[in-house]
Amino acid sequence: MCGNEALAEAAILAGCDAYFGYPITPQNEIPAYMSRRMPEEGRVFVQSESELAAINMVFGASATGKRAMTSSSSPGISLMQEGISYLAGAELPAVVVNITRGGPGLGNISPAQSDYFQATRGGGHGDYRTIVLAPSSVQEMVDCMLLAFDLADQYRMTVLVLADGILGQMMEPIVLEKKPSRELPPKDWALTGAKGREQNIIRSLWLGEGVLEKHNNKLKAKYEQVQENEVLCEQYEVDDAEIVVVAYGVTARIVRGAAAKAREEGIKVGWIRPITLWPFPTEQISKVANEFRIFLTVEMSAGQMVEDVKLAVAGKAPVVFYGRPGGSVPTVDELLDKIRQLTLRHEIKI
Amino acid sequence: MTADSFYEEIVIAGFGGQGIMLTGKLLAQTAMKAGKEVTYMPAYGAEVRGGTANCMVIIAEKAIVCPVVVRHDSLIVLNKASLNKFGPRLKNGGLLIMDSSLIDTEPQLDDSIEIIPIPANELAVELGSKKSANMVVLGAYLQKRGYLTADGAAQALPAVLARRYHKTLPVNTEALRRGAEFVKACCKV
Repeated sequence: MCGNEALAEAAILAGCDAYFGYPITPQNEIPAYMSRRMPEEGRVFVQSESELAAINMVFGASATGKRAMTSSSSPGISLMQEGISYLAGAELPAVVVNITRGGPGLGNISPAQSDYFQATRGGGHGDYRTIVLAPSSVQEMVDCMLLAFDLADQYRMTVLVLADGILGQMMEPIVLEKKPSRELPPKDWALTGAKGREQNIIRSLWLGEGVLEKHNNKLKAKYEQVQENEVLCEQYEVDDAEIVVVAYGVTARIVRGAAAKAREEGIKVGWIRPITLWPFPTEQISKVANEFRIFLTVEMSAGQMVEDVKLAVAGKAPVVFYGRPGGSVPTVDELLDKIRQLTLRHEIKI
Repeated sequence: MTADSFYEEIVIAGFGGQGIMLTGKLLAQTAMKAGKEVTYMPAYGAEVRGGTANCMVIIAEKAIVCPVVVRHDSLIVLNKASLNKFGPRLKNGGLLIMDSSLIDTEPQLDDSIEIIPIPANELAVELGSKKSANMVVLGAYLQKRGYLTADGAAQALPAVLARRYHKTLPVNTEALRRGAEFVKACCKV
């Protein structure tokens, strides 16, 4: 199974009731797979007329209490931002998958990580956040999807799964297994027919004086809870490391290869891999930065996550960036060279 | 080479329509069924019939960290353009399997690289299925490397071949064997 298909099957396993989407490379295997499997399962598949339609269909399905998702790639995700902002305002759960390609504009169809800002800062308007999960293997595409639907329901938020063309297209063996679901709150807010109960209203418009501020503060409190409880990150050999590489997604795998080779040469390299990009593992990185080390952030972009790394390091250590934008993928040897250069420049003894 | 350090990076390349992606998927599936760690990475997107197509497969005993191949241990090529593009990136001591019925030039590569030219297209035509040249070269590769078998690939084939092509399973199985036999007959293994 390729990453896209694995992710789609995982969504079905997670109990996704409805998929809405519009084709775009490199994520076409998701709607193609869903178009076959969702009807087999007696669930909903709609190829919408546009990305705008798809995200608003997600809004509608979610408002009725169903588990709904859409998927697209960068330009399509840009089109969906309005809908994601409305989902946030209305506190509706949703899962959105971005199999990122090169940008800006139509860019190209190669793998990229240049949608980090859009994903973590909320590409739409208003004071809101989305949870962002960044898998780095086909197995993690599965695991992130299972988690995404639970997080969305628990916090009534949009959960964005941010992967790239490599993860979408590559094949690796996986285990598809439903893990025990979290204990989730009842969806007593859903529009299920008001017979015998008070009317539920789903809305993102709050006109009364001070009403929106109250609503915003409620959202803020919720986001703080997410920041406190849901940070996921992996770290490896940072304890004695003189260079700590921070990378996510498929780039983290390339970093892992380079770090192993650097260790063989006697350079003390460790790495940190954020799995949730929002909430960002700020505390974890800050802790590692308490001892002097050099931080190297590697991304398939012109430099986006590096800003969060700098915020986390907060001036305690130098933060260096290495990136390949425009759909180019760094190689293990290229990163190894960069690490070697750093040891020279900072006169690290090996 | 100890079993634990086994790590083979393979690039398969040719024209779109020659079944390059299928060959890569079949190799990956065969390795997976044999209990190996494996990644498969296609060059995706704009490739169409007549254009160029390639994919990267990594097979190892231990978990594979980086799925992107830069310099490969083995190269299987079905056209000249792919030989020119990927030939120079073969590691020293590597293996090149090329369809000599489609590539008429002698590759200029490091002496340490073993080259097996196999008239895969001709052999496939003999079997009555021109499209099975990809299976012939894969059979040759598997026989040469020896860590998997052509029979293993034949068993894995139904899982990766679209159901509508399942009537071609016998001829493709035969093509895999023919490639393996060719190597047995002509090369020291």
